[in-house]
Parts: sequence; structure tokens; C-alpha cells
Amino acid sequence: MEGEELPGLLVNEIGGIHGILHGHVAFLKKHFYLITMKEFLANKKQMGKKIQAIYLWWHKPVIDQELLQSLPNLKVIANSGVGMEHLDLKLVASFGVKMANAPRAVSSSTADTGMALLLASAIRLVEGYHLAISSHVEYCEADFLGVEVTGATLGIIGMGRIGYKIAVRAKAFEMNILYHNRTRRKEQEEQAVGATYCEKKENLLQQADFVMVVVSLTPQTHKLIGKRELELMKPTATLINISRGAVIDQEALVTALQTGVIRAAALDVTYPEPLPRDHALLKLKNIIITPHLGIKTDKATYMITEEAVENILAALHGLPMPSEVLPS
Amino acid sequence: MFRSKTFSLLKPISLMSGQPRLAYKCIHPAIASHGHRCHRRSVDARERYKSCPGSAGGRTISAPQTKIMAEEELPGVLILDIGGTHGVLENLAVLLKKHFCLITMKEFLENKKEMSKKIQSVFVFECRPTIDQELLESLPNLKVIGNSGVGVDHLDLKMIANFGIKVTNTPHAVADSTADMGMALMLASARRLVEGCQIALSPDTKYFAVDWLGVEVTRATLGIIGMGNIGYKVAQRARAFNMRILYHNRNQRKEEEEAVGAHYCEKMEDLLQQSDFVMLVVNLTPETHKLIGKKELGLMKPTATLINISRGAVIDQDALVEALQNKIVRAAALDVTYPEPLPRDHPLLKLNNIIITPHIGTATVQALRMMAEEAIANMLAVLNGQPIPSEVFPK
Repeated sequence: MEGEELPGLLVNEIGGIHGILHGHVAFLKKHFYLITMKEFLANKKQMGKKIQAIYLWWHKPVIDQELLQSLPNLKVIANSGVGMEHLDLKLVASFGVKMANAPRAVSSSTADTGMALLLASAIRLVEGYHLAISSHVEYCEADFLGVEVTGATLGIIGMGRIGYKIAVRAKAFEMNILYHNRTRRKEQEEQAVGATYCEKKENLLQQADFVMVVVSLTPQTHKLIGKRELELMKPTATLINISRGAVIDQEALVTALQTGVIRAAALDVTYPEPLPRDHALLKLKNIIITPHLGIKTDKATYMITEEAVENILAALHGLPMPSEVLPS
Repeated sequence: MFRSKTFSLLKPISLMSGQPRLAYKCIHPAIASHGHRCHRRSVDARERYKSCPGSAGGRTISAPQTKIMAEEELPGVLILDIGGTHGVLENLAVLLKKHFCLITMKEFLENKKEMSKKIQSVFVFECRPTIDQELLESLPNLKVIGNSGVGVDHLDLKMIANFGIKVTNTPHAVADSTADMGMALMLASARRLVEGCQIALSPDTKYFAVDWLGVEVTRATLGIIGMGNIGYKVAQRARAFNMRILYHNRNQRKEEEEAVGAHYCEKMEDLLQQSDFVMLVVNLTPETHKLIGKKELGLMKPTATLINISRGAVIDQDALVEALQNKIVRAAALDVTYPEPLPRDHPLLKLNNIIITPHIGTATVQALRMMAEEAIANMLAVLNGQPIPSEVFPK
């Protein structure tokens, strides 16, 4: 029977607000015997043996010691996205289980989100929209000013795959690109996008009209942007975050936006998501917050699943995995 | 009435009311009791005004080398107003005053006889003042109308030409920021940014649904209708997103095609059928009026997005409402409508698959300044009998 011949793949659920997208199910079923968490918990002994792989969709199911112990044949966990901070990499590795993320599928879409936020904030798109549709007839067109993008200075903090794609896009807007990264990029890569390395992020913060944060969340990048960093920024500058909410000290950001220390912010990520409904960030006028749009397009999500499947199949066949993630 | 907090963005040159050294205050009709006095103020001169001119104290000039020239030396430029709802921004007025004697509509109307002779140029800012036959007849020395912006569809070019008056626009100053606007609208619409923002802020939001998706921009097909200055800059930007670029234009632009990897569609229909995003970047002319109507919308993909940064009248708005309601196209994003603003009960405002912005394509400090500078250069060229950088001719 088809069901028994294919390796078992554990997923949290199908459909619903946190589940695997319905549009991906057919593709997954070509390669795997799908088992939901509910089905697994209803029949742990039987199902447990079938499961050779787990596909994490938006960080679910939660991978803990108990789950790992109940899956004797588990070989690989594939993550739908690039951030892995929700996984205990060492714990998983200690069970001899491999891990993979999906960097290729994520990068273009996330870079597009970064540019969308940068542009929307600069031109004050959301405010403009409300003016255009509001029931108050009179508004002062001539009063309403944004800031220029073409020719402005963009400071990218974190020039990995996604950061670099942002630089490629920003270059077409004739932006002057500065970047700060743990390691310097190759000269040809810098030249291709006209990017200047800032060894000290302080230099970047002081010069940039737009600061885009594109780092992984690690203990080192936790609250990377705090009161001090915000005060180094120009009062006309805009902060954009497409990393993880915890990279920014949110309280410091509230103060900075309230007192005009920086002009505006645009966040695709917050801590937590969503923010509590009475959070101070939600009340500010000079902020755009989006619900973790990152990779939320039809194409990107499908590509993520494709990339995950590629990694899982490679692991199950003992072949090199395209994007294996090892504990550091 | 006066500027809001947003003006904290402006560099120090901006003039906020209440500060003593304001030329604006000096020529404000309410203060200048003898209306025709027009004080040119140089930013270099160290003048100090004891009080506003026209009041009892008069003014004191501390610097002997006067850069304050009598108004007869500078050509007069008519503007609607400085500040206020539709007036020229204060910092742009400063730029104008370097080269012209500034005369507001109010000052002109209060003293038509004297003022009319001085006015050699009109600076049209956001379509104002309105240029009609009556105004032109009352300005015997008018030589040029300098428009701030590239679109001149609000000007009756034939009528103006009949008076022997030249018209100039500012194609270079608007191009970058308008192209940026086009990209901003395309990305915002594709990724459902405005809707997303509402979800993120809504008091009812408890979670972010993972099956809430937008459409991809990278590697999608963009069809640019109108590949002029601005259209070309849009293509340059879109290329960096790996977009496949199609364009339709009155003329093929072979050289530029290669530079941005754009494919020419002689038939607009071909472009409409293949594009994921259709961007309108044409002038408004009789030929482009309602260029996009029911037929054109019907040719577009049901997953496609229409973006308009031209003029509202390029789209048949009724047809657009229908197309959006019936999901003939996925969504639209408009920086321009007809009229602006739309009546508050217009059906376009009720749709949830549309983004409308209040014609803010060039609403940045930098763009407005560049437009004023380009208009000034054009007007001075006309008045000095020099080659005119961007004159506009009636068809």
C-alpha cells in the first residue's frame, strides 16, 4: 500500500490558522505519508515508528525531549524558514537527528518585504491611504511630506543572503549603501552593489537615512538596537526590522519614536507576535507594523515546502543536504 | 492653516511662523499694508528686521551692502499664496525670491493696475493658480507659465499659446520620486501591506494567520504602459527585483530596452495578457483618456494588479470598480484619481482590494525643491531669451 511504502512525515496540522497550507498537501503526499500531531498522539506507538521526518511549519510542532524520545526512527527535521532560534539545535543533534532550513526560498521574498516597508515608510503610504479614504473631506495635500528614497543612504545591519538581496534592490534606487556584518564580504560582492563596509555599526547608524536590520536572532543580536543605537541615528532616519522582534529593544524604540529621536520605524516582526493590544507601539503615528509578512506569498511558501522536501529526501537517502543546519 | 509637525523634517531654511526673520511674514498681505512693496531678501545679507515692513517702526538693515534690491530690478512672479492649504511652501518661496519679486494672488487682486505690469511669470504649484482667459488678459507682460510638475493637463495649452505665452514643466525633478512611488504602490499592493497593517493594529487581532498570503514581486512580470523618463526609471528599479519587464509605448526604445532587459509590446493587449503587474506611466492626453477601460481590464490576468501613477482620467474608474468587485483583476493601487480627492461616497473608497494615496508621488522635501529649481531655471531662461530646458507645446 502507498501509505506504508512512503516515509512518515509529521506535521502539526493541515489547514487552519497555523497549519500546512492546503495547496501544499498534494505535493507532500507524493513523497510522504502525512501524519498530523493529532493522529500521532491518538496512536503514539504505531505512528511513532513510521515517522522518519518532521516538517516544521511556522515553528510548530514544538520539538522537545519528550517528542524526540517518542520517535525512534526520526532522521531529519526541516524548518519552513531560515530562522532557527526556536529550536534547541544541540538537543536535536544529540538524538542523531539532522536539521535543515530553507534559505533559498526565503531570501527574495523577505528582501521584497524589506523594500516594501522602506518605501511605505518613506512615502508615508499608510497615513496617506487613510487620508485618501477618510470621511473628512478636507485634508491638506500640500502639507503632507515624506522623505526621498532615491539617492538616500541605506545602512544594512546583517549582510547575509537576505541583506545582500536588499542591497541589490536598493542599488537600483541609486541608494548609497553601507553595511555592517560579522565578516566583511568579498570585494567583488561589495562592488557589485556599491556597498561600503562599516566595521563599527556606530558609523553606519550615524550616516544612514534608512537603517535596515537583517540579522539572525542569537544571544549576541538580542536587543542589538537599543537606546544608544537609536540616539546615534539621525533624527530624520527610519528604522526597518525584518529580522526578529527581539533584535530591537521595543521600549527604547517607543521612547525614540515618541520624542522624535528618529523619524519613523517599520516593523514586520515584533516580540511577541502579535503584540498585546494595549502595547505602546500600536499607538504611535510614525510607525508601520505588519503581521510578519516576510515570506507570505503563494510562490515563496510553496518554494519553502519544496526546499524542505529536498532536504528531507536527501537526509533519508543519506545524501548531502542542500541546507543542513549544524549546532554552532 | 499653518504647517503641521511634519515640518520638523525640513532643514533650517524652512520658515515657521512666529520666527522674527521671516520674509514670509514681511510680505504677508495681512501685514504689508502698502500692498505693492515687495522685498527681496537675500540669504547672504545680514539684515535685521526691527518689525515688519509697513508697520510704524519700519525696518532696519544692518548690512550696508544691500542685497535688498528694489522690486523693479527683479521680474515679478505670480503665485497663489505662500503657505496655507494650497499655497507654495515657505522654503520654496525662499528659492523663488532669490530671482523674482513674489506677488501673491491676493496682492495682485488688491492692486491689479500696478501689479499686472510687474508680472512676467506665473509659478503654478499643484495646479494653482488657475490659468484662465481673464487672468491672461489682465497680465500684459506675462511671458511664461512655469509649472511645478510634469503633467500639464490642467493647462489649456492652445489658449495660452494664443497669448504668445510659453509654458514649461519639470520632467527631470519628478522622475525619481514618481518612479519610487510606483514601486512603493506595487510592493504594498502585492504584499497587502495596508491590509496587513490594519490586522497588526486591530484590537480584535489574536494571532497572525499563516494562510494569509500576498503575491510575489520577485521574478513576476511587470508591464509598463508609457516608457518615458519615469517609466524607464521604474524599469530600472524593477529589474533589481528580477522582474520580467514588458513595455508599451508610442515608440520603441531599442537602446534603453537592452539596458533594463525590457521587451517591447507593440500591442498593448499583449502586455495586458501577460503581466502580473500593469503600471500606467503616461501623460494625460486625448489619446490616453480612459486608456484602461472594461476591455483592457478584461484582458488582464485575474491575479494581476493595476498601478496608476499617471493621471486619474487615464483609467475608466467605473469600469475599475466593477473589475475589482467581480475579481476581474486582483487589486489596484492608485496615487491619482479623477477628481482628487474623490467624493467621499465614491465606490472606489469602499473596496478592500485597492490602495489609494492622495497624489503624493512627488511629496518629498527634496522633490519639491528640485521642481521649484527646475521651474525657476525654465522661467528665467524664457525671460532672459535663452534656450528653454523643458518647454511644452500644444499638440
